[in-house]
Amino acid sequence: MVAFTLNGKRVSVATEPDTPLLWAVREHLKLTGTKYGCGAGLCGACTVHVNGKAVKSCQTQLSEVEGARVLTIEGLSKDSSHPLQKAFIAEQVPQCGYCQSGQIMKAAELLASNPKPSRDQIVAHMNGNICRCGTYNRIVAAVERASKEG
Amino acid sequence: MTTMTSAKHAVSRRGFLKGAGGLTFAVALGTGGIQLLTPAQARAAARQGQMSAWVHIGADDKITILTPGAEMGQGSMTSVPLILAEELDADWSKVALENAPAEPKVYGYTRKRGTNVSYSMAIVGSRAVMMYYKPMRTAGAQVRKVLMQAAAKKWGVPVAQLKTEPSVVIGPGGKRLTYGEIAAFAEVPDKLPAVSAKELKKPANFRLIGKSQPRRDIPPKVDGSAKFSIDVQLPGMVYASTVHAPVQGAKPLSWNEDKLKTLKGYLGAVKLKEGVAVIADNFEHVMAARAELQVKWSKGKAAGYNSEPALMTEYPKQAEDPKTKAKKVDAKGDTAKAFADAGKVYKADYRCDYGYHAQMEPLNAVASVNEAGDKVEIWEGTQAPDRSRGMIAEALGFKTGQVIHNQMYMGGGFGRRSQTDYTVEAALISKQIKKPVKMIWTREEDINYGMFRPQTLQKLEAALDKSGKLVGWKHSVIGDGRRLLSGGMKISSYYDVPNRHAVEQSAGKHGIRTKHWRAVAHVFNVYAIEALIDEIAAAQGMDPLEFRLKNVPLTAKARRVLEKVAQMSDWGKKRPDGRALGLSMTERSGSLGAQVAEVSVDRKSGKIRVHKVWSAIDGGIVVQPEAARRNIESGVHYGLSSVLVERATIKDGSVQQSNFHDYQVLRMADSPEEVHVEFLDRPTKPTGLGEIGNPGMGSAVANGFYALTGKRLYHMPFTPERVLEALKT
Repeated sequence: MVAFTLNGKRVSVATEPDTPLLWAVREHLKLTGTKYGCGAGLCGACTVHVNGKAVKSCQTQLSEVEGARVLTIEGLSKDSSHPLQKAFIAEQVPQCGYCQSGQIMKAAELLASNPKPSRDQIVAHMNGNICRCGTYNRIVAAVERASKEG
Repeated sequence: MTTMTSAKHAVSRRGFLKGAGGLTFAVALGTGGIQLLTPAQARAAARQGQMSAWVHIGADDKITILTPGAEMGQGSMTSVPLILAEELDADWSKVALENAPAEPKVYGYTRKRGTNVSYSMAIVGSRAVMMYYKPMRTAGAQVRKVLMQAAAKKWGVPVAQLKTEPSVVIGPGGKRLTYGEIAAFAEVPDKLPAVSAKELKKPANFRLIGKSQPRRDIPPKVDGSAKFSIDVQLPGMVYASTVHAPVQGAKPLSWNEDKLKTLKGYLGAVKLKEGVAVIADNFEHVMAARAELQVKWSKGKAAGYNSEPALMTEYPKQAEDPKTKAKKVDAKGDTAKAFADAGKVYKADYRCDYGYHAQMEPLNAVASVNEAGDKVEIWEGTQAPDRSRGMIAEALGFKTGQVIHNQMYMGGGFGRRSQTDYTVEAALISKQIKKPVKMIWTREEDINYGMFRPQTLQKLEAALDKSGKLVGWKHSVIGDGRRLLSGGMKISSYYDVPNRHAVEQSAGKHGIRTKHWRAVAHVFNVYAIEALIDEIAAAQGMDPLEFRLKNVPLTAKARRVLEKVAQMSDWGKKRPDGRALGLSMTERSGSLGAQVAEVSVDRKSGKIRVHKVWSAIDGGIVVQPEAARRNIESGVHYGLSSVLVERATIKDGSVQQSNFHDYQVLRMADSPEEVHVEFLDRPTKPTGLGEIGNPGMGSAVANGFYALTGKRLYHMPFTPERVLEALKT
């Protein structure tokens, strides 16, 4: 049994402690906004925050988050009011949408520590997150918009 | 998005025909396409399960339109019903969308081949808007006419005196009835009004088409609420994952069940045609069973096949061998004479490796066979819900009606999700274990048991007459991939070369599964065509744009997009040191495009970088310009990814790549800083825009590389190794 805080609520999961956080969140706790893309830390679709830091939940064992604060896309805001969510809608960023939770969580980490990132800083920060639909230019535009309007 | 099941279910659930109030318009397909039904026809058809609701107008003014546009990011879910809403003159803010059930005879588009009419819901080949444009407009106009007739009757005035504003009928003296108010008292008439093409709106009067409404699927995609099949949760659901043979086409003979039985949470295994599915109580236990599973496989069809020697040494021999099976793709004029009389002949060979779809959502499906074993409910994301439903029924020995189908968002399609082999597996597993199951292929499985864009060799020859005009064209393509090789070889929509001959040759069967892949054959054929045109231009000492404009028999459409892209990219302007432009034409699904890429190369590492891309596209009337623009941007990225980094290889029948570390796809740092898209303002009917963005990238990059280095690239992808090799020549 591993207990932690998920989007502000205390939760516990009764499964092997080496289970990837990804599957605990998606299948045990039924928050499916966090996505499985590669299972190998290569694509970033599973990005969540642990104690404020963006991590790949497919590479994070459940035991590592004991007592930690885990934030997923569902907890980023109550009503899509996070500046990034508003900007992703304004820029009509998502296409298939599958990678977008990970993109937004990764970008949220950046804006939390660097509210006015340069284009190069955005690209460097986001490079681990694959978007197969190729929305990269739109992601940059949305992060810049959120930075300005946030 | 609410998902829907069978047509009958959908109708009764919504009470479209009875009880719920408001007006329901039913449709059925005849040979003339989608048709609204009279109430009597609808009742008769409902008894046969052949009809369903298409549009519902509630007394509360809410309009529900069913959408057949399977959504994988291209925006069709919004674009297709928006066309109906346009002619209905609906207030778009009051329109709700529901997924159309997998009933092709109700919700499909029709295709006529001779006297044969087929019905399909397959969203492939950039078809959604193109195929649904006309029937959606007619249906919308008919519904509007019914509302106007009802209002005219109520007011006692001729219909001719009425007009509409969004969701309101306006009468003489400014009298108004909202569509909802009319729906509260009106009935669908026994005789539906006819709508002629002339009565449809003039494009100048469009309120929605061409005006870019926000896509309806975007808000749920920024808060995690959009449901893909992998997200479905059912009570009592178990988990499964299939392991397929490392050699494609091998069948499972036996496996180490005794060992698996000792694993925690393990529930059993199911033998499938080309794989073994392991089942457990949760996904981590499935992964543990996958890791322990050892299967004895039969000899696979692909055993002994090696893709690199096949492409490099076998294909050239086969291409020259008269015994090689060949099929004519295009022929015009007298090609032999054109080449015999030519002032100059140019030849070149081009190669292209296998491509994997790499859609972000690994293939998966949820299936639940009921206790009686005579019904299955399916949740999947598919480009072809109708075909999928049929294939599932066939695999289970069911009739189509025994398959309840729920369409979900797709985490990428790109052609892979028009084949439903993964869902069939889920259905078979559920049937055998008598439980609802979520079946997920791992990424490794998704690649290993992939279906690839075939690898090919293209051999091209061109003849110029004594004045330097392009007069003769020969193109052959060879590979293994039935119906996947010849797309894009017909060049007459842009280069109307008077003497042409194009042929598709078969390299025989390698045993590797091949499949459509975003514009599939256009990727390698357009690359070869446009790279050779560039090579001829250079040999003639002409600028590539000037050569096309002056020495190639361009169609008017081609001239327009070329001139447009030249203007957009400021073609003649000098670029910063170390950068150069490459130009390409592309045709796909009736649309035509011209594209320019600005490239640089790191001569030490051999890495090509594309900084800017300009695309000028003629897609006729563009229904949703912003969504379409993003489709082109997406295609540019997808194209560049395959041009620069994507490469699948086969060794002794096994796919060599396994995840994103060795099957690279384009990442943000390597993507262009600027992607510019413009649509030509054309009044013609919409043509496909889902795939025209990518096929031109190969030649645009290769031609830009030549402009920069004076070297040609003849083998896609242009990996650093190949680039370094080209630089050495």
